[in-house]
Amino acid sequence: MSAFRARPMTKITASAALVLLMVLLPLLNITIPGVFPGATYTPGTLQLLAYAMLIAALALSYHLLFGLAGMLSFGHALFFAAGAYGLGIVLRNFSPSWLPAGATFVASILITVLIGFVLAALVGSVSLRVTGISFAMVTLAFAQAGSVVVRRNPGGQTGGDEGLTLDVSHVPDALVGVLNTRNLYWLSLAVLVTVYLVVLWVEKSRAGHVVAATRENELRVRVIGIRPYFVRLLIFSIAGALAALAGAAFLLLQSGVSPRVATPDFTLTLLVIVVLGGVGLRWGAVLGALVYTLLDQRLTALAGSEFIAGLPDILRIPLSQPLFILGTLFILVVLFLPGGLAGLTRRNRRPQRPRARGRERMLDSEETT
Amino acid sequence: MSTIVLLLITGLGLGALYFLVASGLSLIYGLMGVLNFAHGSFLTIGAFIGWEVARRLSDGSWWALVAAMLTGAVVGALVAAATEFFLIRRLYNRHIEQVLVTVGLALASVALFEGIWGTDPTYVTSPSWLGQTTEILGARIPNNRFMLILVAVLVLVAIVLFLKFTRYGLIVRAGVENRLMVTALGIDVRRAFTLVFAIGGAAAGLGGVLASIYYGYVSAHIGGSLLIFAFIVTVIGGLGSLAGAAIASVLVAVLQQFANFYLGGTGDLAVVLALAAVLLLRPRGLMGAKA
Amino acid sequence: MSTTSRTNILTVRNLYGRIEGQQVVEDVSFDVPDTGVTALLGRNGVGKTSTIKSILGLIDRTGAITLAGRRVDRLPTHKVVQLGVGYVPEDREVFGKLSVAENLKLAERSAHPNRALVEELFPDLVQRHAQLAGTLSGGQQQMVSLARALLNQNRLLLVDEPTKGLSPKIVTEVTQALLAAAKTVPILLVEQNLQVIRQLADRVVVLSGGRVVFTGEAAELLDDPERIQRYLGVHSGADHSSTDHSNTEQVPA
Ligand SMILES: Nc1ncnc2c1ncn2[C@@H]1O[C@H](COP(=O)(O)OP(=O)(O)O)[C@@H](O)[C@H]1O
Ligand SMILES: [Mg+2]
Repeated sequence: MSAFRARPMTKITASAALVLLMVLLPLLNITIPGVFPGATYTPGTLQLLAYAMLIAALALSYHLLFGLAGMLSFGHALFFAAGAYGLGIVLRNFSPSWLPAGATFVASILITVLIGFVLAALVGSVSLRVTGISFAMVTLAFAQAGSVVVRRNPGGQTGGDEGLTLDVSHVPDALVGVLNTRNLYWLSLAVLVTVYLVVLWVEKSRAGHVVAATRENELRVRVIGIRPYFVRLLIFSIAGALAALAGAAFLLLQSGVSPRVATPDFTLTLLVIVVLGGVGLRWGAVLGALVYTLLDQRLTALAGSEFIAGLPDILRIPLSQPLFILGTLFILVVLFLPGGLAGLTRRNRRPQRPRARGRERMLDSEETT
Repeated sequence: MSTIVLLLITGLGLGALYFLVASGLSLIYGLMGVLNFAHGSFLTIGAFIGWEVARRLSDGSWWALVAAMLTGAVVGALVAAATEFFLIRRLYNRHIEQVLVTVGLALASVALFEGIWGTDPTYVTSPSWLGQTTEILGARIPNNRFMLILVAVLVLVAIVLFLKFTRYGLIVRAGVENRLMVTALGIDVRRAFTLVFAIGGAAAGLGGVLASIYYGYVSAHIGGSLLIFAFIVTVIGGLGSLAGAAIASVLVAVLQQFANFYLGGTGDLAVVLALAAVLLLRPRGLMGAKA
Repeated sequence: MSTTSRTNILTVRNLYGRIEGQQVVEDVSFDVPDTGVTALLGRNGVGKTSTIKSILGLIDRTGAITLAGRRVDRLPTHKVVQLGVGYVPEDREVFGKLSVAENLKLAERSAHPNRALVEELFPDLVQRHAQLAGTLSGGQQQMVSLARALLNQNRLLLVDEPTKGLSPKIVTEVTQALLAAAKTVPILLVEQNLQVIRQLADRVVVLSGGRVVFTGEAAELLDDPERIQRYLGVHSGADHSSTDHSNTEQVPA
């Protein structure tokens, strides 16, 4: 709470300290029972934390759409899946003899991010022709199409329902295997920090200001002669590229990917995370992702516990379904905690109503334009 | 020829399912501006509880089927009305939050269904006639398609009669056009909200029982998978238009069947392309009131 | 505030109204006596429509609003209306996809609506009862909108620019209908057409910059060209060409 009110310099110092702590975590021996499955240096905990950080990166990219631009997209999972599947497919098929192995790997990641950007530009150029609910529906439909394509296993590339397994022949040895979870953890942290900085940069840029202004009042932006379409498309494409980056790292971390990440349900999870953390706040998205993933993991562990198995049906059935608890928690947050978890620390500050109203407008806009 | 007849009638049957979900979605959105992600769950709970009742009565008799359909409709209506009353109403006019609550409800309820009925499909036994086929113009049509079409037509007629000839129907039609003006005439439009949710829930619950005949099983995800197509149907038909929902249901389902058969199983993709095309050429949908 | 000792059907004190978080009515206070026509005047965009909508609760509002001795500023719109308020909105807002008869039926609040009065005032509507309201002319739609309000026993009518965009003949008809109504029910009228105001208004309340700047007898304002010019931005030219559609007495946008 105090960090929030502090001056920019201290804020930067605090952020740097936090990142440093995260960097050092694999070298420390911290045990927090009930939160982490083991000490912080163990692969299990590192794997979980890395996973949470990648989801946080993805949630940050979603924050660009929903929090900054007020675009309620139901198709963001498409670009994450494009990153995960894209890198898998590129690594398998792209091995120019003139490039050293390390460079092939880096180039593959860049190509994947580019795929995310271009795919988002294509999808966005169609979807953004409409606004509000129609936009939400078109993005949902595209994501559904993506999900169908992935499951159909075109050309044997995606692995269908089985999913895709990482082809490690071009992946540096340091990023392969359980013993190297530490390196994958650092990679995930680097991805999160990168995404955070890009999001920060976009928010502070002219495009960021314009798109935030269109969220509040599209008319005013039109009046000063800017067509919101192109600015929105730019933001949409950047968010797609960032999601693809997170997806690529996800493939490396999990050594594979399943079609689950392409489903609309996965996007809904993102929406839950962003709202849980606090809409409109960068660190809200990060906080939401960390809380959601850790909670999901712990609840899953709890579901399989003997304590739960011994309960009568009426308690056992709901408590053994992590998604039931998370969904209920989410409903409670929407009903009673409009600012999300981040809003808890801002209780005494001015509530965020105007922002929420801006987003409301976006949904209503098809009635007014 | 016989293939075309088969695809057409099967498409109509699938369209009937889409309509049972989309009609409620469209009315709810038209009147209240709420995009209801929980609508699939109304369908699923209707199906599960409907079949629980049928199973206890007898396996595979027509009476059990009728009981299942009635139960499904009633359960769908009750759950939907409760959703409106306890969750949606608290967030009056906050459309984003309303969508979010229905998203949460959809996630939580599907998880709960999995907890209660398991993750594997539950197979259902319906009257044997429904499992047989009838030959029309050389095409062997599964009999359950006829029942789907019949029930959807009956539901359509019932909703139209309600809208045209009752006071609440009048309020709903007026509210779809201009909700604030309805309240400015001294009418408590919130009662119409609950009613519309209940009607949509009843159609969905009934649709759930029918969907499980169409697919041969019930599962926790049966509603969610239909919901996406129902959304597409609603947007193509024009948000808030019942006639649009009916026409688009048939168009989408028939297109899907034909693309699946003639274009190597690309039905789902064809539907998405159709949605993109409609939105680009006519953003308000086929029958939508205003863009 | 009130200049006489008449009782007031409506009192408005320190009313603030917001649309999408934007202040559109600011600290407005005035009274509407329980007889005759009170005109709410002011330049375009000054907040007249918003004031009426705030009274009805159609937009977010705070302040003290008393209708027939009862505080209504916390009541939802339909409850305010049920206390006996008839509303004729700006731009008519008839339900275009409903028939004329359905529009009227929807508006009936009691078991014994005053159909006879409406049929007498607007015989045209009887003939067209089955026609969709969206296919009517602007003037006919305005009749539907007026009829919706006049059908019921009201304590107060809120009428927002009933002659806007109508032909001279229809303006006369609407004016006559309002004159007839004013005999039995007090009216708060927003109007731009000075000729119509002259015919109808007993008292005026003038808004400027979102606030009340003048309250008094209608004649006091209407006989003072300088004030009219200052408050409403129009010249009250001696020849009342106000029935002309493009007349100079319309307050400019
Ligand atoms: N829907 C709206 N959104 C934002 N501002 C509005 C809206 N409607 C009206 N306003 C603003 O409120 C102010 C008052 O408008 P209004 O009450 O319609 O004025 P009047 O009826 O006196 O012409 C105007 O400045 C207008 O721009
Ligand atoms: Mg006005």
